[in-house]
Amino acid sequence: MAAGATRGGGVTTDTYKEARTWLLMPAWLVLLVLSLAPVSMILIYSFLTKEFRGGVIWDFSLAAYDQFFFDRGLFGDEAPSIEWTYITIFWRSIWQAGAATLLSLIIGFPTAYFIATRPEKVRPIWVFLVTIPYWVNLLIRTVSMKFLLRDQGPLNDFLMSTGLIDSPIHIVNTNFAVQLGLFYSYLPFMVLPIYASVERYNFSLSEAAADLYATKWVALRRILLPAIKPGVIAGCILVFVPSLGSFLAPDLLGGAKNFMIGSLIEEQFKGNAGNWPFGAAASMILLTMVLIILLIFARQQAKAEKREG
Amino acid sequence: MKTLFKTTVAASAIALSASVALAEEKVVVYHWFEYIPQELLTKFTSETGIEVVMDTYDSNEAMLASLKAGGIGTYDVSVPGDYMVKIMANEGLLGTIAEGELVNKRNIEAQWLDVDFDPGRKHSIPYQWGSTAFAVNRDVFQGDINTTDILFNPPAELSGKVNMLDSQGEVLAMASLHLGIPQCSTDRDQLRALDAMLQEAKTYWASFNSDTAKEVLVSGDAAAGMIYNGFSAKAREEGANVEYAYPKQGYIAWMDNVVLLKDAPNRDNALKFMDFLLDPENVAALTNWTQYSAGVEGVAPLLGEALRTLPEANPPAEAGPATFIEVCDAQTQAIYDKIWTNVKK
Repeated sequence: MAAGATRGGGVTTDTYKEARTWLLMPAWLVLLVLSLAPVSMILIYSFLTKEFRGGVIWDFSLAAYDQFFFDRGLFGDEAPSIEWTYITIFWRSIWQAGAATLLSLIIGFPTAYFIATRPEKVRPIWVFLVTIPYWVNLLIRTVSMKFLLRDQGPLNDFLMSTGLIDSPIHIVNTNFAVQLGLFYSYLPFMVLPIYASVERYNFSLSEAAADLYATKWVALRRILLPAIKPGVIAGCILVFVPSLGSFLAPDLLGGAKNFMIGSLIEEQFKGNAGNWPFGAAASMILLTMVLIILLIFARQQAKAEKREG
Repeated sequence: MKTLFKTTVAASAIALSASVALAEEKVVVYHWFEYIPQELLTKFTSETGIEVVMDTYDSNEAMLASLKAGGIGTYDVSVPGDYMVKIMANEGLLGTIAEGELVNKRNIEAQWLDVDFDPGRKHSIPYQWGSTAFAVNRDVFQGDINTTDILFNPPAELSGKVNMLDSQGEVLAMASLHLGIPQCSTDRDQLRALDAMLQEAKTYWASFNSDTAKEVLVSGDAAAGMIYNGFSAKAREEGANVEYAYPKQGYIAWMDNVVLLKDAPNRDNALKFMDFLLDPENVAALTNWTQYSAGVEGVAPLLGEALRTLPEANPPAEAGPATFIEVCDAQTQAIYDKIWTNVKK
C-alpha cells in the first residue's frame, strides 16, 4: 500500500505483482482445504472396502457402486439385475425437491415482484420481513410446522370451526407435508435472487411493450421474464439443491417412512448398516447429478447470451 | 505503571496455572443427550474436585461412528447399550478395568454381573436398564394389547396410527419375536417370511420416529407406538391415556452401561466417575430422574413411591420373556440390513 502511494501514480494491479502468490494463499487454502480435500476423501472412500459396523479397509473395491446399481437378491447370490431401490429413492427425492422448488417459485416470484415494485424506502422493510422467520433454527421451524398441520392442530381446528371441512385433513406424514416443509425452509433463497433481478429491471421496457400493444401476459413472458431469468434460475438452484439432500423435513413431517437421499446416506454412517463406502458412493452419485444439472443450466445460459449478443 | 504491569503478569500467571490445574482434574464423558441430571454432575465435582466435560450423541451407532472416526483418546467414558458394548469390545475400543480398581463393583446386582455382552464386567458397569415394547392409547383401543399383533397386524382402530422406532435393531428384533424366529437367523425361509411380514406391516404404520416417540403419543398423531418404557411413563405423565404393553411373544430388554474407553486420557478420574455411579445413593437419584431401573443393590428403598409401583418398571408375572438384542456376524447382518432397506425404500 505504502509503496504504491509513494510512487505517486495510480494504483495498478502491478503494485501487488510480487506479492500476488502470497495474497492469493487464503483463497487457495479455502478452496483446497475446505472443498476439494473433503470431496476427494469422499471419492476415495467410495472405492474402498467396507469394514463391518463402520469404517473402511484400504482395499480398492467397486462393491459400493455395485450395491447401488445391481440387485443380487435378499441373500446376495442371485444373478444380478437392475437395483431399483436406490434409483427409486433418488427419484423420490428429485421429485419432492422439484415440487418444493415449483411451490417456492409460484409463491416467491409474486412476492419478489411485489417487494421490488414498492417505493425504494420501504423495500428493505419488506425484505427484512421475509427473512425474519429464518433467524429461528430450522429444526424448531420444522417442528412448529408439524404442530400447525397435525390432525388436532390449529389449521384443522380453524377449518373445522368455519365448517369448510367436517373431519380433519390429514397432512402430517404425507408427501405434501414434506414439500410444504421444504418450501418453507428455503423460500427466501427463491425470493431474494428474484428480488435482486427485478429491482434492477428497467420498467420503462414494460411500458414500451404496453405502448406497442403487448398484452400484460405477453409483456411479462417476453420482456420481464427473459430479463430476470438469471435471478429465477439462481433461486431455483438455491432451493432445489439443498432440498435434494435434506432429511429434517422428510423425517419430521413425512414420518420417515421412506428413505430420501439424505436419510439414506445418514443411515450408512449413523445406522446399523455402518456402510461408509456405500454412503460415500451415494454422495458421489448425488454430487455428480447436481453437477450435471448445474452444467445444463450454465450451458443454456451461455447459449442464450450468445443469441442475444 | 510498572507496578500495574507486574500485577497483570502475576494475575495472568495465576489464572493460567489455575486453568492448567483445572484441566488436569477432569473426566471427559461421551453420553446420550439428556440422560444424566445436572445435580448429579455437580455433586460429583464437589465431592472429588473433578470437572465433568460432556459431549452427547443420540444413537449407539452415531457414538460408535464418532469414536471410530477419531474420538478414541479424547473421551474417558461413554454409555453404550448392551449389544454395543459387545461390538465395541470386539473392535478393541474398550479399556480394561482390573480386579479391585472399582471399590463399588461389589454393589452390582448379581444378575447383571456376568452378562453376555461383557462377561465378568471387565469393561463396563450398569448404568440404567429397561425394556422396549409399545404403548397404546386406551381412548382409541380398549381390547387386549399384550400381543405384538398391535404393531405388526393391528386391529382396525389402530391401523394407520402406529409409530415405529426409527431403529433397525429394535424393529427387527421385535418383528422376530412376533414371528417366533431367532434374531440372527440364517434360515432362508424364516428371513423371507420376516421380509414379507414387514412389507405388509408397513402399510399399517403412520411413521418412524425415535426422538419424538413420546410426543407423537401425547399429541395424538399416533394411537399406538413402539417405545422405551421410560418414555411411555413420561407420556402418561404428560396427559396421554396410554398403557404400556408386555406382549406374550416377549419384549426387548436393554441395558445402558458406562464403559471405560481405550486410551482414556484421564483414566483414574474415569474410574472415580464409575465408582460414583455405583454408589446406591447416586444411582437412586439418577433412577428417580430417568424413571428406568438401576442395576445396583440397595437402590430400591431410596426410590420414589411412584417409581416402585410404575407399570413400566414392573413387568407382570404373565409377561413374555425379556430378550436383549443380539449381535449378528457380518454376513448375517448384511441380510438384515437389506431387509431394513426394503422396509424403508
